[in-house]
Amino acid sequence: MKRLKVALAGKPNSGKSSLFNQLTGLSQKTGNFPGVTVDKRTGTTRLDENTQAEIIDLPGIYSLYPRSLDEKIVAEIFSDRRNNYFPNKVILVADATNLQSSLLLLTQLIDLRLPTVLVLNMVDLAAKSGQNIDVIKLSINLDLPVVLVNARTGQGIKELKKVLAGHIPVSRQKIYSIDEEILPAVDKTKQHFKLESNYEAYQYLQQVENLSFLREEDKAFIESLAKQYEFFPGKYQGAETIIRYQYIQDLLGKVVLKTADTEWKRFSHRIDKVLTHKVWGYLIFFSILFLIFQSIFAWAQAPMDFIDSTFANLSNVLKDVFPEGPFFDLITQGIIPGIGGILIFVPQIAILFAFIAVLEETGYMSRVVFLMDKVMRKVGMSGKSVVPLISGWACAIPAIMATRTIENWKDRLITIFVTPLMSCSARLPVYAILVALIIPDDKLFGFFNFQGIALMGLYLLGFLAAIISALVMKWIIKSKERSYLIMELPTYRMPKWSNVGFTIVSKTRTFVFEAGKIILAVSIVLWVLASYGPAQQMSQAESVIDAQIDNNEVAVDQRESLLMAYRLEHSYAGIIGKAIEPSITPLGYDWKIGIALITSFAAREVFVGTMATIYSVGNTEDQTTIKSRLRAEINPDTGGPRFTLATGLSLLVFYTFAMQCMSTLAVVKRETNGWKWPMIQLVYMTALAYISALIVYQLFS
Amino acid sequence: MADLAKNVAQMSPGETAVIAGFISHELSNKLLEMGFLPGSVVKFNFKAPFGDPICVTISGYDITLRLEEAAMISILN
Repeated sequence: MKRLKVALAGKPNSGKSSLFNQLTGLSQKTGNFPGVTVDKRTGTTRLDENTQAEIIDLPGIYSLYPRSLDEKIVAEIFSDRRNNYFPNKVILVADATNLQSSLLLLTQLIDLRLPTVLVLNMVDLAAKSGQNIDVIKLSINLDLPVVLVNARTGQGIKELKKVLAGHIPVSRQKIYSIDEEILPAVDKTKQHFKLESNYEAYQYLQQVENLSFLREEDKAFIESLAKQYEFFPGKYQGAETIIRYQYIQDLLGKVVLKTADTEWKRFSHRIDKVLTHKVWGYLIFFSILFLIFQSIFAWAQAPMDFIDSTFANLSNVLKDVFPEGPFFDLITQGIIPGIGGILIFVPQIAILFAFIAVLEETGYMSRVVFLMDKVMRKVGMSGKSVVPLISGWACAIPAIMATRTIENWKDRLITIFVTPLMSCSARLPVYAILVALIIPDDKLFGFFNFQGIALMGLYLLGFLAAIISALVMKWIIKSKERSYLIMELPTYRMPKWSNVGFTIVSKTRTFVFEAGKIILAVSIVLWVLASYGPAQQMSQAESVIDAQIDNNEVAVDQRESLLMAYRLEHSYAGIIGKAIEPSITPLGYDWKIGIALITSFAAREVFVGTMATIYSVGNTEDQTTIKSRLRAEINPDTGGPRFTLATGLSLLVFYTFAMQCMSTLAVVKRETNGWKWPMIQLVYMTALAYISALIVYQLFS
Repeated sequence: MADLAKNVAQMSPGETAVIAGFISHELSNKLLEMGFLPGSVVKFNFKAPFGDPICVTISGYDITLRLEEAAMISILN
């Protein structure tokens, strides 16, 4: 069996992902390119009986010269023949309705002497637009195979596979002649690195800073050459683009028999009149947001309950099956609840990304960028920050990874910094129990539920904190790099549902594996801290409780839950909880809440389970039991209830602002290349949470 | 001389013009790559609700850009 590597390149909105999904189906995997934070999507496809191809989907780009983090990888792969992903063959996907800008990258690939197939995608739309292309002439002129494809229906895929399985010669066309002044430097680079084409060597000179595979001495060599020939990256790039477009326009003049009329776009323009209208546009956008919000809460509840009870049952069943011992306790009380605590968020994340995928597929998301750009710029972000911020309601991890499309470093950094302030789904269980505890279940004007309003208020509070923090960062961070927005507004289309499905699967997988491994690790550590303590005190647990039972202080049927509470109190987690008590007393918390704050560091929703254990509520399944138990808790200092309005509000504010998520910190570290930003974020959010909770408690008590 | 300095940011909805060149070198290659070629026809479609960014049509497809970027593209009409 022959194995090939095939790269899929093309401009954004050329239908590249549809083609990738058609070719690879369920075999696709997502990950990161080694060393750089760029989503890597690969998959395999069978070309014929004895050829298998690994398809590598590259980020959508207009040319080899990168402007965002995402785009750098393309130049990197194509100009490093030793790269693991260097392709044997390349598919260049072009939007047949907009050939001119689709072909720019193709002319560069030809100059790099890569064996390339040109795929004309969206042939159905091209036909609708009245355009008529002489494909044979196009193929002869470019000296490479051209295949017509409709990636949405799968037409032409067979033909494409046949072409890929066969021999693809390198096009003999030479499109751009490198400026003579720099040619000697290009020759020297080509010889020094033993490169195949002049243009490849030219890319070394143009992109010395972007190509991460170059070693320091390589860079020094290239930079001294550049200096000698008075060259700097970016020089001649404008001229190169113009020459390439001249070639493309000449070519299109020869092969396009009938040009497109814009009539077919009229419908799209009419939709834009409504969707970008100054009143309707925002009204529709906010209605969609409300719908997303509503469905995260309403539709996700049933599957979440199902996952919750499944894992609880699994733990109980295994507890009976396994013999006693610390190893089996670790499995039933540490690992299984840990995995359950990860999977419980999958429904909400899947629903959110289903919406985002549909909005992106239809072309609406770029209109959101268009609508929101001005407002977002006022607070130091860009229109492209809207998608990450919305994603933050589900989970900050995929949200932070979605910031990679933001070209400007400062815009991107601010978005990464404030996204964890958006109330993610892990905060909801905490909000739910505390709101139910302190806010009466009454209706305002017999219509608005107070608890509902309080819940909405918390989401709004997180959002406002994000906006205000962004504003502050805008003033603090200095950047010389220019922020800009130049983006295609694609024609509106019906979403392709299989693409939506693939997006949901890939985003969910990212969450489960990226966040999951850290959540699992932290929950195991916390389980150890909460289960073990100084041996002497832990061993006394049974005798102390039994003594209490003998003295009729407590009932016999509570023995088990009292034992658990006693052990937690005297465990290492309990000791830490007591140690931090002095610092959290001003916020209205005691050491019991302190323990819950510490265990929340794996995932915030652990708060509920910890509270249940520490207040020895035997059955954690039942929310009402926990609630009534918490309500009955007495504060020994005041003699009144522990969970007063002041303490409850203070806790709610604390959970809204605090950075209690190891996985988010790890992702921020990776995305910003160091510990500096995650540490600033941790300190900032903790301080914000502490001070706000302090103010709230002091005001209300 | 003021006439010569007319740029895409000064156009009004529905107006068409021919691109003359770029006022600043910054970002000019990005704009070229996106199809803003000297000699091409640019059509101003509409503005975002707060007047910025704008949507234009160039060589058959729609592009959004901020007024700052649009101001870099000089036109003749």
